[in-house]
Amino acid sequence: MSAVRDSVMERNAQDGSRMNPDVRLSIEQVSYAYSLNPSQAPIFTLEATSFQVKSGEIVAVLGPNASGKSTVLKLIAGALQPLSGRILLSGVETHFMEPRLRAQRIAMVQQESQLLFPTRVWEFVLQGRHPHGKSLRFETENDVTIAKDALGQVGAHHLMDRWMDQISGGEKQRVILARALTQQPVLLLLDEPTLHLDIGAQVDFLHTLKKLTVANKYAVVIVTHELNLAGEYADQVVLMQKGKCLRVGTPASVYQRDLLEQVFQTQLTVEQRVNGRPKVSVLERSE
Amino acid sequence: MQPLTLGKVAVRCGILAVILFVVVVIALKFGAVPVSLYGLAKDLLGVLIGRSSEISSEYGMIIREIRLPRIALGIFVGASLSVAGTSFQALLRNPLADPYVLGVSSGAAVGSIVALIIEPHLALRPEIAAVFTPLGGFLGATVTIAVVYFLGRRQGQMDSNTLLLSGVITGSFLSAVIILLITMLPSSSVRSMAYWLMGDLSTPMAPILGWVLRVGFFAGFALIYLTASDLNLLLAGEKEAMHLGVDVRKVQILVYLAASALTGLAVAVGGAIGYVGLLIPHVMRLIFGTDYRMLLPATAFGGAIAAVIADTVARTVAAPNELPVGAITAMAGAPLFIYLLRRRLA
Repeated sequence: MSAVRDSVMERNAQDGSRMNPDVRLSIEQVSYAYSLNPSQAPIFTLEATSFQVKSGEIVAVLGPNASGKSTVLKLIAGALQPLSGRILLSGVETHFMEPRLRAQRIAMVQQESQLLFPTRVWEFVLQGRHPHGKSLRFETENDVTIAKDALGQVGAHHLMDRWMDQISGGEKQRVILARALTQQPVLLLLDEPTLHLDIGAQVDFLHTLKKLTVANKYAVVIVTHELNLAGEYADQVVLMQKGKCLRVGTPASVYQRDLLEQVFQTQLTVEQRVNGRPKVSVLERSE
Repeated sequence: MQPLTLGKVAVRCGILAVILFVVVVIALKFGAVPVSLYGLAKDLLGVLIGRSSEISSEYGMIIREIRLPRIALGIFVGASLSVAGTSFQALLRNPLADPYVLGVSSGAAVGSIVALIIEPHLALRPEIAAVFTPLGGFLGATVTIAVVYFLGRRQGQMDSNTLLLSGVITGSFLSAVIILLITMLPSSSVRSMAYWLMGDLSTPMAPILGWVLRVGFFAGFALIYLTASDLNLLLAGEKEAMHLGVDVRKVQILVYLAASALTGLAVAVGGAIGYVGLLIPHVMRLIFGTDYRMLLPATAFGGAIAAVIADTVARTVAAPNELPVGAITAMAGAPLFIYLLRRRLA
């Protein structure tokens, strides 16, 4: 089995060397089918999806509920194996990476971290060093420096000694982002990270993410329902509906009124703002 | 930010080892024959650091042959149960998980009772007869572990919630089987079985079982301890652990098997001693925090200390009669558990 995996990884690495060097993540004709039972017909199908993410770029995956956004994210994270196609991170298929190696390269930021027992912020952030440690993984001085630096980068240094269950939702998302940075990944995946945040905290979070993406050259894929925030902060958007990838491009090119109305089943307007970014407004529904 | 180091773990374990030593010396003093506490501590320390090999002849035989083996049994049974409880709490992400929730102790009880029932009908050699009941208990625990594991799988993978529910239901079913089987026991065995069901360290153990218990404990503990930092991440959920580089399935199966084996061994020789596996992890968590690299050795010492204290109380409080040690752990454990619960809610 490991020989098969080695040959797959070798092949991937060779293919990767032929890729555009700016492209960090490449999703190539990836499909997936989910069924409750192998003998039953699938209850959800993701049709062939392709897009690429460069270093220093944010790609937002948009679409209504059950459009396949989270499935795409799980496939990229290597948690699911594609039915066909492949997902290459720096030329290596993510699904075939060893769990530790994968966690050194890919960090996931989820909506909220469910903790069973209270933990201090610094303990939580240090967990990000887990994939880099050896044996029992007692953290080194270097790990502490990296964790402190990550907390500083997300503006949460002052929270270090607080308990995770005693900080606000916005602060918690920053700390979860800091843990992801502590993994020192090349790819950041975010699954609706601003879902429970007020608008101020949402803008704050995405502003920090944008700054870090450019500064640290991360490739970022973010799944979100926030059309306007994605339009403002994403370099590219992937629009999905019922398991189909409808459009990939800059927010200005994808945010077409007819297309968005058809996908989200509601009347809306799309305007262009001074900075060239689109702004979507939902119109009152006429009965 | 002061992360845990191996040195800190060693120092804290050293302190706990000293406390365990003091508790053992005090436990050795209590009993029908009076023994000098000072002389006993001096003799034991001499033996431990290798300066002498003799315990004073006045009470040497009582200490070596009667009190020390029973205390050693308490140490390993208590440590095994509390390490298993600590592991199950992380594995199932449930602070109420303990070795008994998964039905393992009920399985061991069924195995032991079946062994007691069929033993008179088999012409066993004495050395086999001595280990027959604990062997039945261990087999019962092992079969239950396998059944609960297969019932607890969803889509071919271990699922914490399904596993927990399977354990509860299996345990409840086996409890009914126990009642049924007890009616088939000869009346002379009913009392000892009732004591065993409450947890009992008074039955002398065959030396070979002592060795199995010790080797089993160290092997099981070592396996679980190697996954300590993975267990820290599993507390936040399987998905999070996976995204932080934990091979979740591998860790789950390894820890489940090792913790179940520890439980099976402990229950087979000491009966169903309740609360040790549930409470000691919580008490140690309050003192040492939630990091499993510290918590696992701390709960091993804590479980050992608690079991030795409880057994000492059990054999002295109503002397010359003895209570089952499980009655003492339940009497002390239940109010302590309520206190911890209220403290957490406050």
